[in-house]
Amino acid sequence: MTQSAEHVLDHFELFRGPEYQQMLANKKKMFENPRDPAEVERIREWAKTPEYREKNFAREALTVNPAKACQPLGAVFVAVGFEKTLPFVHGSQGCVAYYRSHLSRHFKEPSSCVSSSMTEDAAVFGGLNNMIDGLANAYNMYKPSMIAVSTTCMAEVIGDDLNAFIKTSKEKGSVPAEFDVPFAHTPAFVGSHVTGYDNAMKGILEHFWDGKAGTAPKLERVPNEKINFIGGFDGYTVGNIKEVKHIFEAMGIEYTILGDNSNVFDTPTDGEFRMYDGGTTLVDAANAVHAKATVSMQHYCTEKTLPFIKNHGQEVVSFHHPVGVTGTDAFVMALSKLTGKEIPESLALERGRLVDAIADSSAHIHGKKFAIYGDPDLCLGLASFLLELGAEPTHVLATNGNKEWAERVQAVFDASPFGKNCHVYPGKDLWHMRSLLFTEPVDFLIGNTYGKYLERDTGTPLIRIGFPIFDRHHKHRYPVWGYQGGLNVLVTILDKIFDEIDRNTNVPAKSDYSFDIIR
Amino acid sequence: MSVIEKQSVAEIKARNKELIAEVLKVYPEKTAKRRAKHLNVHENGKSDCGVKSNIKSIPGVMTIRGCAYAGSKGVVWGPIKDMIHISHGPVGCGQYSWAARRNYYIGTTGIDTFVTMQFTSDFQEKDIVFGGDKKLAKIMDEIQELFPLNNGITVQSECPIGLIGDDIEAVSKVKSKEYDGKTIVPVRCEGFRGVSQSLGHHIANDAIRDWVFDKLPADAAPRFEPSDYDVAIIGDYNIGGDAWSSRILLEEMGLRVIAQWSGDGSLAELEATPKAKLNVLHCYRSMNYISRHMEEKYNIPWCEYNFFGPSKIAESLRKIASYFDDKIKEGAERVIAKYQPLMDAVIAKYRPRLEGKTVMLFVGGLRPRHVIGAYEDLGMEVVGTGYEFGHNDDYQRTAQHYVKDGTLIYDDVTGYEFEKFVEKVQPDLVGSGIKEKYVFQKMGVPFRQMHSWDYSGPYHGYDGFAIFARDMDMAINSPVWKMAKAPWKQAPKPLLQAAE
Repeated sequence: MTQSAEHVLDHFELFRGPEYQQMLANKKKMFENPRDPAEVERIREWAKTPEYREKNFAREALTVNPAKACQPLGAVFVAVGFEKTLPFVHGSQGCVAYYRSHLSRHFKEPSSCVSSSMTEDAAVFGGLNNMIDGLANAYNMYKPSMIAVSTTCMAEVIGDDLNAFIKTSKEKGSVPAEFDVPFAHTPAFVGSHVTGYDNAMKGILEHFWDGKAGTAPKLERVPNEKINFIGGFDGYTVGNIKEVKHIFEAMGIEYTILGDNSNVFDTPTDGEFRMYDGGTTLVDAANAVHAKATVSMQHYCTEKTLPFIKNHGQEVVSFHHPVGVTGTDAFVMALSKLTGKEIPESLALERGRLVDAIADSSAHIHGKKFAIYGDPDLCLGLASFLLELGAEPTHVLATNGNKEWAERVQAVFDASPFGKNCHVYPGKDLWHMRSLLFTEPVDFLIGNTYGKYLERDTGTPLIRIGFPIFDRHHKHRYPVWGYQGGLNVLVTILDKIFDEIDRNTNVPAKSDYSFDIIR
Repeated sequence: MSVIEKQSVAEIKARNKELIAEVLKVYPEKTAKRRAKHLNVHENGKSDCGVKSNIKSIPGVMTIRGCAYAGSKGVVWGPIKDMIHISHGPVGCGQYSWAARRNYYIGTTGIDTFVTMQFTSDFQEKDIVFGGDKKLAKIMDEIQELFPLNNGITVQSECPIGLIGDDIEAVSKVKSKEYDGKTIVPVRCEGFRGVSQSLGHHIANDAIRDWVFDKLPADAAPRFEPSDYDVAIIGDYNIGGDAWSSRILLEEMGLRVIAQWSGDGSLAELEATPKAKLNVLHCYRSMNYISRHMEEKYNIPWCEYNFFGPSKIAESLRKIASYFDDKIKEGAERVIAKYQPLMDAVIAKYRPRLEGKTVMLFVGGLRPRHVIGAYEDLGMEVVGTGYEFGHNDDYQRTAQHYVKDGTLIYDDVTGYEFEKFVEKVQPDLVGSGIKEKYVFQKMGVPFRQMHSWDYSGPYHGYDGFAIFARDMDMAINSPVWKMAKAPWKQAPKPLLQAAE
């Protein structure tokens, strides 16, 4: 017996003891009908080959380990960015349990959302009664200022009409007639969570700007000097939104963050649970129509929202999740151009510090090869940053990236001498990435938590940047945007590089001559 | 620390009844009437907990429940390690449940083992419009080509499958034939079926019956020489290694475990189970169906057991041994005696730190009752409990064997109710899931996730109890909770006074 009260062993060590090892070996041999170990080894090696890669890339139907989620997750993410807004997902209830768990596991924060709990009878007769009861219950229990409705694939397949359902619910008195219930259809079988972000954001703006589904006059745009900002689906929203506010304030720009969930995912432990916190006020959401311009930080999260805003007469500018010096330069210069405000010396100083840091460290990054996967905009932002560090983003993969995205990534490669041997993979998954890492190895992999399986199998060290990050804590609190964010990304990459250098030079009397104290 | 310690049972009952009346006030009338049936104060001597269960969740209330897909793919089938489980439909369900349940296993992932992978048909609009059967067939071909050492395939249906009229059974049969009788199991666990995960468990159990047991050739020779002491562990998902720290005890007492359902399980183990002499059942809720079936069809008795905490472990070891001869009965005594010093040491170390602490639970499966004994072994008291997806037979077991007079009972609790109950009862610890964890921690209430063991474990068996005790101690006695209020701010007013 290895267990003791003095030194309690849990799963990390307990099962390594001889009793358990013997037990597990017996179980396998006697009862599991195991494959011949030689055959397992043969297949394991075969799965590393170019031949396997070819078969793997020939897949047409099967998806293995994708790097994307479904639309309603994005819709829930948007909804909680508005003042006292409760996300309400119309359809099966299990979906909502999943979104809440997923967001809580990433942010280590509560995630509040309700479902209309549709079951078999609703599948047959439609979910109108679920909507009527659901809105009434949610309104009474959670006292929201707004309920933002989206859909699961069940409600989409049976064709429930949100506009009509919400109207009927109001007629039945579920919520007051003037209560705000914006909606968006968010079918899980179209696009991904970034699509859901787009649809939900557009749904909320449309609600406030275009007459609240025919129940109020459309807003007449009276242009002012404000700038609207949309962050897109962003695992770093807590740190990033704060950084973006800092930039706006440094430049003296009046701004509205649309979908500001940086507070609700960053509440204190002080004895009180804040179901709602912060968020774009509903007044600001409505008045955002008058803004001079809207800036989207993630183009693919606002493909429908930005044209909608443009149609209301605003200038619109979008970015691809800018990371680093050039990306942030473009962002602040665009703000300056839109507003006529000068970029203050304080931001020039921040910029200089980031350049300084890059200059100090670039020798360790220059020429290193990276594989990146993640959402389309994140991939573009990171690839651009690596290129400006003199590194090579050898493989860039987005499961939810399309051909047009791939062309943009290619254009980024083409604009840099370091992009010459880099390739882009739209619509591929992490099992494709596995083949890439075996057949065309790189020095580092950048991706979310699921990348740890690739790290284990291929030995490529993983730098965790993306969403979700479940197995490291609090990264979302630090920005990756702005000059400060660029510094954070740089340090994250450097830490892994130095750890790897140390790990590869620490064998006494073998390799530790390079185990340098100064690097 | 707890306010309730100072109260009599009568006072507690009155307080709890008042609390229930209070939370019901928030609801519209119709909802209040429905929710009232799920909330109660346990009365000693009653045969159940006096609550309705296993009925539809009410729209909009923030139920904690999941769906049938979660019950089948997430719970029952997902841990079977040498089969590939296709999340059939849009990408989300498989993505959110990917490797989240900590079903430990040994194997070369991606080669002969596939638990922590996400295989999906990633449905697009055209699949909804034209149907997904052709795609499914192609997926099976691609699996065969790229993962040749898989021992079987299951199709875990997501919502659209049943709505668009796909015939996954036909595809599975055709492909099984094409691949020499390969085990291919279609599972109709669409998320809209039933009222919670629970129906998914049942559907998954039935799928094993129909597509594994019933496909076994009647004259198939077992892969091993049967013995008189062969048992199968049913309903242990090996979360953090639970089934392993259970299996070792059964083997130490002289039994031979021929199968694990389903944590670290394999298709061969499922197939061998009808040869067992006894099925030992931990999670009654999720696997009583297949246990009853094996009793009817193969005459295998089944025996519920509880491996949380030394009191219940000893009781269970003796109960299991009672199905066997003296050799096993002696074995059980030997195992109990062997671990007694460890248990004494664990209790000596932790009980003084936990004595009198109160706990509120809200969990799934068997845990709302099964863990009560383990807390009591540490001198703690469970003052409120409820099931996410329990049935009346769960509440009967709870009432007859576990809870104390006056315990607050809440079935399919809503976010609002749970928060209010905890705010008023002020337990020293809440044990529930990831969706609840941060809510209560923000409130300054110590919390342990009792689905995933908060990334710790195992909690089953004697080895697991030491970890359980350590974890409850570190949750409750962490210095962080003393810092929740800034020292320059007023101390929080006790939320419940005896006068209330």
